[in-house]
Amino acid sequence: MTEKKVSALEAVSDTYHYGFETEIDSETAPKGLNEDIIRFISKKKNEPQWLLDFRLKAFRHWLTMKEPTWAKITYPPIDYQDIYYYAAPKRASAPKSLDEVDPELLKTYDKLGVPLHEREILAGVAVDAVFDSVSVATTFRDKLARQGIIFCSISEAVQNHPDLVKKYLGSVVPYTDNFFACLNSAVFTDGTFVYIPKGVRCPMELSTYFRINAKKSGQFERTMIIADDHSYVSYLEGCTAPQRDENQLHAAIVEIIVMNNAEVKYSTVQNWFPGDKEGKGGIYNFVTKRGVCKGVNAKLSWTQVETGSAITWKYPSCVLLGDNSVGEFYSVAITNNFQQADTGTKMIHIGKNTSSTIVSKGISAGKSQNTYRGLVQMGKNADHARNFSQCDSLLIGSCCGAHTLPYMISNNPSAQVEHEATTSKISDDQLFYCRQRGINAEDAVSLIVNGFCKDVMQKLPMEFAVEATRLVAVTLEGSVG
Amino acid sequence: MSAWLKIKDLCVKVADKPILNDLSLSINAGEVHVIMGPNGCGKSTLSNVLCGNQNYEVTGGFIDFKDKNLLEMNVEERACAGIFLAFQHPVEIPGVSMATFMKYALNARRKAQGKQELDAVSFIKRIKVRAQALGISDEMLKRPVNVGFSGGEKKRLEIFQMAVLEPDFCILDEMDSGLDVDAVKVAGNGVKIMRSEQRSFLVISHNIRFLKEQIQPDKIHVMVHGRIVAQGGMELLDEIDKNGFSAFLKEAVA
Repeated sequence: MTEKKVSALEAVSDTYHYGFETEIDSETAPKGLNEDIIRFISKKKNEPQWLLDFRLKAFRHWLTMKEPTWAKITYPPIDYQDIYYYAAPKRASAPKSLDEVDPELLKTYDKLGVPLHEREILAGVAVDAVFDSVSVATTFRDKLARQGIIFCSISEAVQNHPDLVKKYLGSVVPYTDNFFACLNSAVFTDGTFVYIPKGVRCPMELSTYFRINAKKSGQFERTMIIADDHSYVSYLEGCTAPQRDENQLHAAIVEIIVMNNAEVKYSTVQNWFPGDKEGKGGIYNFVTKRGVCKGVNAKLSWTQVETGSAITWKYPSCVLLGDNSVGEFYSVAITNNFQQADTGTKMIHIGKNTSSTIVSKGISAGKSQNTYRGLVQMGKNADHARNFSQCDSLLIGSCCGAHTLPYMISNNPSAQVEHEATTSKISDDQLFYCRQRGINAEDAVSLIVNGFCKDVMQKLPMEFAVEATRLVAVTLEGSVG
Repeated sequence: MSAWLKIKDLCVKVADKPILNDLSLSINAGEVHVIMGPNGCGKSTLSNVLCGNQNYEVTGGFIDFKDKNLLEMNVEERACAGIFLAFQHPVEIPGVSMATFMKYALNARRKAQGKQELDAVSFIKRIKVRAQALGISDEMLKRPVNVGFSGGEKKRLEIFQMAVLEPDFCILDEMDSGLDVDAVKVAGNGVKIMRSEQRSFLVISHNIRFLKEQIQPDKIHVMVHGRIVAQGGMELLDEIDKNGFSAFLKEAVA
């Protein structure tokens, strides 16, 4: 019966193919979400039965869940039946060349120094040509493969390394975890898979940018990183240039497993379209990122620079299971105009002598709302665990908001939790001082803001840090009168 | 010789309260002028207005600098035109090193002058030479602007910025206040090094010894109730030292 429905669906999508005026990819499932759609996705991706079962279990559970409302964000209700869950068709309005792209966006690319051939991909221009990066990527992959490193799309991993995927999929973020993670578990289309074997130090920064076919990862991305004993990897996600996407809802999952004495460094620069100056449009980004330090002396470090999206709902977390394991979270979240960000981290201390550091810098401008929300939990066996948190907020102008919501739970008397928080404003005196030295108001703001978040920027890999500094300036343009 | 800075009949209000009233003043290239006066007479207002601080409302008169109308320029345009203010209370900028701050400032000026940005090597050379002359260590240049420095160090860093940016017109707003004897000397020396035919100074100070020994100005102006009520040479300093401002206050009232 299942088989029958799938072929029926395929037939339907074929009729859609002819039914529309514009050409529609025959690989597309119709809008909406039900078990047949999920079977369709799984079939199209030639997935094994266990994965289909995983998806269906998640979907059935999702139907019983309610969208969370506790975050300090507001948005109109999302119609989950009005979304394409598999290979959304290219809109007829997709620009055919850069000439048709919003000049404002092109100006931004200019300011950020984005290479010409990349602008087309970023602006969503309907081009099929694959770029220079492919040959670069292939070279990289060969080099990595020689050391036994697996770096591929998760779909490829399902085909070529099913045991690894089966073992770890949902092991850090179970499908029951939360509404958006559950939805992702049911319908995820692609993402990145990384495996670093025992004792291997990954010789280069891994970036989605260099993964072939990365551009169609879609809105329900799923990433898995497994660092085996004594291994090391630094992974970069996203890019500084603003990306447009026809999908408003993004619900990704990142799962990271860090074994004995291994270290994973995960850096993100997120700059999805934030909506226009009136707050129209913009991406809703509901992401579940979590890693578990499974082994002793394992270390997981999250660094994020969040400047885009209309809504950011994101709490990259560390479960510190192994004794002496270390979790770190360094975050810069900038909101301008009508953006809303509710972001922070969770540090779950389970093992002995585990330690965690949280440094969060929130910058709000325009009419935006910026919330830090974090949990530090010391389990009853977490003897001598330590946490240090520092949450600083910077306000630009008088119509924005900054909020800090730290949750601290300690069930072990020997555990130590420290929290520091500050809120400040860019003062007229600071601006006048900078301008008196010849620096114009906008440059002065970006200088002051970059100074404010320097501690976090320093944690970014070098080339990312330079771009991120420029990005801060561009994001805050027009935030002073 | 025509004056570099010409202030004529300047009237300024702060929060609707008149502070400067028909103030007139001229300073030629290479001259060092001093403004003295009792507290609250409008000295700091004048330095802020010259720099374009928008909290001060100009209601009449004009200010020309090198035949350009300063009042039509914003704060950074005036700075790039060569006006420099050594702040009485230098402002902290956490996380931004003095070196970075100077790089931004210097390049902003160069851009305004149509020059190319300085390359890293020339820039570092430029700041190191000046830092050494003022006894400023590399470590101080790496620290965030004005954060955690003593009063004397902050003032020395103001002089350092002046030396790096090489402005045409320097306003020193109570450069010497709150400094010990040695720090005053260092500040004074900095000014001495900077004096040139092509650079003018406007010095605001209460410290007669500092003015006499370190600054040796060309002209003294006495300001009372937002007006210049007396002008003269070094002899005015002796008179103020002896009798205070009471004689000028009476004149101003009459």
